[in-house]
Amino acid sequence: MYDVLIIGAGVSGSAVAREVSRYNVSACVLEKCEDVCEGTSKANSAIVHAGFDAEEGSLMAKLNVEGNEMMDQLSKDLDIPFKRNGSLVVCVHEEEIDGLKTLYDRGVKNGVKGLKIISREEALEMEPNLSDDVVGALYAPTGGIVCPFELNIAMAENANMNGVEFRFNTEVEDIKKGEDGLFHVRTNNGEYISKVVVNAAGVYADKIHNMVSEDKMHIIERRGDYLLLDKEVGNYVSHTIFPQPTKYGKGVLVTPTVHGNLLVGPTAIDLENKEGNNTTAAGLNEVTSKASENVKNLPLRNVITSFAGLRAHLERHEFVIEEVKDAKGFIDVAGIESPGLTASPAIGKMVGDILKDMMGLTEKSDWIATRKGIKSTEGLSIDEMNALIKENPAYGTIVCRCESITEGEILDAIHRPLGARSLDGVKRRTRAGMGRCQAGFCSPRTMEIINRELGLSYEKITKSGGKSNIILERTKGEESHS
Amino acid sequence: MKTYDIVIVGGGPAGLAAAVAAKEAGNDSILILERDHELGGILNQCIHNGFGLHTFKEELTGPEYAYRFIKQVLDLGIEYKLNTMVMDIAADKTVTAMNREDGMFQIPAKAVILAMGCRERPRGALNIPGYRPAGIFSAGTAQRLVNIEGYMPGREVVILGSGDIGLIMARRMTLEGAKVKVVAELMPYSGGLKRNIVQCLDDYGIPLKLSHTVVDIEGKDHVTAVTIAEVGPDRKPIPGTEERYTCDTLLLSCGLIPENELSRSAGVTMNPVTSGPVVNESLETNIPGVFACGNVLHVHDLVDYVSEEAKRAGQNAVKYIADGCKEVAGDNVIELCATEGARYTVPSTINKDRMDDLLTVRFRVGDVYKNSFVSVYFDDERVMHNEKRILAPGEMEQIILQKKKLDEYPNLKKITVKIEKE
Repeated sequence: MYDVLIIGAGVSGSAVAREVSRYNVSACVLEKCEDVCEGTSKANSAIVHAGFDAEEGSLMAKLNVEGNEMMDQLSKDLDIPFKRNGSLVVCVHEEEIDGLKTLYDRGVKNGVKGLKIISREEALEMEPNLSDDVVGALYAPTGGIVCPFELNIAMAENANMNGVEFRFNTEVEDIKKGEDGLFHVRTNNGEYISKVVVNAAGVYADKIHNMVSEDKMHIIERRGDYLLLDKEVGNYVSHTIFPQPTKYGKGVLVTPTVHGNLLVGPTAIDLENKEGNNTTAAGLNEVTSKASENVKNLPLRNVITSFAGLRAHLERHEFVIEEVKDAKGFIDVAGIESPGLTASPAIGKMVGDILKDMMGLTEKSDWIATRKGIKSTEGLSIDEMNALIKENPAYGTIVCRCESITEGEILDAIHRPLGARSLDGVKRRTRAGMGRCQAGFCSPRTMEIINRELGLSYEKITKSGGKSNIILERTKGEESHS
Repeated sequence: MKTYDIVIVGGGPAGLAAAVAAKEAGNDSILILERDHELGGILNQCIHNGFGLHTFKEELTGPEYAYRFIKQVLDLGIEYKLNTMVMDIAADKTVTAMNREDGMFQIPAKAVILAMGCRERPRGALNIPGYRPAGIFSAGTAQRLVNIEGYMPGREVVILGSGDIGLIMARRMTLEGAKVKVVAELMPYSGGLKRNIVQCLDDYGIPLKLSHTVVDIEGKDHVTAVTIAEVGPDRKPIPGTEERYTCDTLLLSCGLIPENELSRSAGVTMNPVTSGPVVNESLETNIPGVFACGNVLHVHDLVDYVSEEAKRAGQNAVKYIADGCKEVAGDNVIELCATEGARYTVPSTINKDRMDDLLTVRFRVGDVYKNSFVSVYFDDERVMHNEKRILAPGEMEQIILQKKKLDEYPNLKKITVKIEKE
């Protein structure tokens, strides 16, 4: 039995897990996929929003600004890359220029610092590749970019280091409150019992909520298609370039990523399909045409991949982070669409506080606040590399040549807490496979390493868990199949 | 770390031939740096035959062809390092490389020969929409898995791209017991050698659909189906022409890209048409003493020509060092221009004083031409007019220039290669 069960190991669930781990409490995260960060958390714009976009007085606005402010310290504590590159909301139609003032005023009310409306000339000086039609812009220096995978993974690892358990490939099928007043959570891997349940199930949060409440929730999956461009054009813009927002959201951005690529997207296409994260030709075309309105001559020859993510959109367009009225002890963390990534540390803290009050929790004296990431070899001098290789020769073997990722980093990714067990698991922890050849070169080598280190036969190695096996069988039927 | 006169980046067919030629030309101070655990490069996974018809007058498999050169490297005592990745080439020819045993080390080379080969264009660069499941491979990665690791990706295959690798893998997968349902090709002509169309598709009854592309991929965890559609002259899919194929494997053979990341960061000038370095008659780049050969220079169809090209690069590297590593004055430089059907030439410039008696100029055409002429102009005068029954983008062409012919044109500024109808 647990004190707290958290459903979902995305940024929300992992942030809650980390906060909960501060207390003397037994907690377990149930994740239906084989790894953390498999849902919305792995397919988003990776932006730490300044907070001028969210409606004044909303929970979204409050947690956006709080989360944004927490990112500097958090990125140090968790050893993850984060950069305040600044945001520009660009106006390209003279008649819409007042919209910038609206955002400015909203931002000021939301507590965003440093906002400034700038002229066409100032905007072009900051970003020479802006559209020739730019008439002015809103500059938000507190906007930033982060690695969403590492943020999610780091919070989960830190929670785990502090005693929170994680169960993967564990899908919640039903939840009932027993006579004992406890939640009985039935999964495909047996029953879990706990005093409190936190629903951080992303696009599935409505399904989970509706298991315990008569006040039904309905989440709309809002798909965002993206194009990712080569690091060679990663500095085509240096700030995150936004269009003016519409009712569908913040619009199609053009932004550098914290690792040096250029990211363009997303669309905002509403679906009723919780697994509908396939891109479409229309979606990818929309990304290109909308982005081109604000940034000229996008270097589209340098696209290296495209993907799509699903946002969990509630019609009221607001975070729902509260105890469910007709299900005491069940806490929703639902509707976490943008600015969910930015807000995640603040979401974690808010839920941590709710649980602390609700359950009368006491803080651990020995809580470990920091976590060391995988040692990257990027930027090391020859002497530093040689010291590293001397200590561990695996750092002398390059596996991913596009991103220069060594075997040492991949071994670390596999053997650390909540370690990688699939190609995508290795990819999100080390970046091996994220380069311009998109794992064409390194995947056979990564498979060899996973096979050797985890004893997984080649036939069992997957791209991302489930049935995503890479290999069907041996040629010429030598060894056993399956 | 020992120093070497000549550092060769890549121990595949180009690097091996360059090394052998350099040693035979009289330089003993050569080091091959190879990132794989054995020499031979991409030939190691090309277990089909058809290699060496020109070089050895034999039909060898890839590994056999590679071994002919590996044996020479061993017999000549040329040094090489395996499992070694070159991390950087500086403009002053200092090569930085890394492996487990030596750690990270630098060699201040006098000459560098670029022989890194190519990588394949991935799905992502093709903007194919759909899910991103397991079961999608570039043809070369699948070839490695099947031929070297001994694993079948799947049993029901669709292939996009009729380049040679796609054609070879169509046959390979069939021979290993898979059903290859269709090969789709975006262009109205195949990108591979005619003999491969016959020997890999026709002989196995595998349909080739020209002017078709993949428009959707189904399957969230693993590929379950692929939809192809016909494309119009603008290469965009025509609605209503979709055909859906259930499958568990999609192989992509949609272009090879010379791997010039190291070249670029060294400051080597690139030719945007080939994505390879711009080179002169000596196969030397804009950095004196840095030479390029093989697929890193431009994508070849026949390894025999790679070996020939690499041999010249090796010899020229030795000559460069023997002449004192001097930058040669560019006074007598003739520009080579490809136009009207010819897409590019290798080399791009000729310094007559440095030219051998015979110079092979290689080029590719941008379309299929039937019963046309390959014409060569010295400034405005046409000097060659060779009839060719068929010219295709997938088949590299060449012309041979004679130095004594060029001597007859002392004020020659420009040599143009073009395709003419008559």
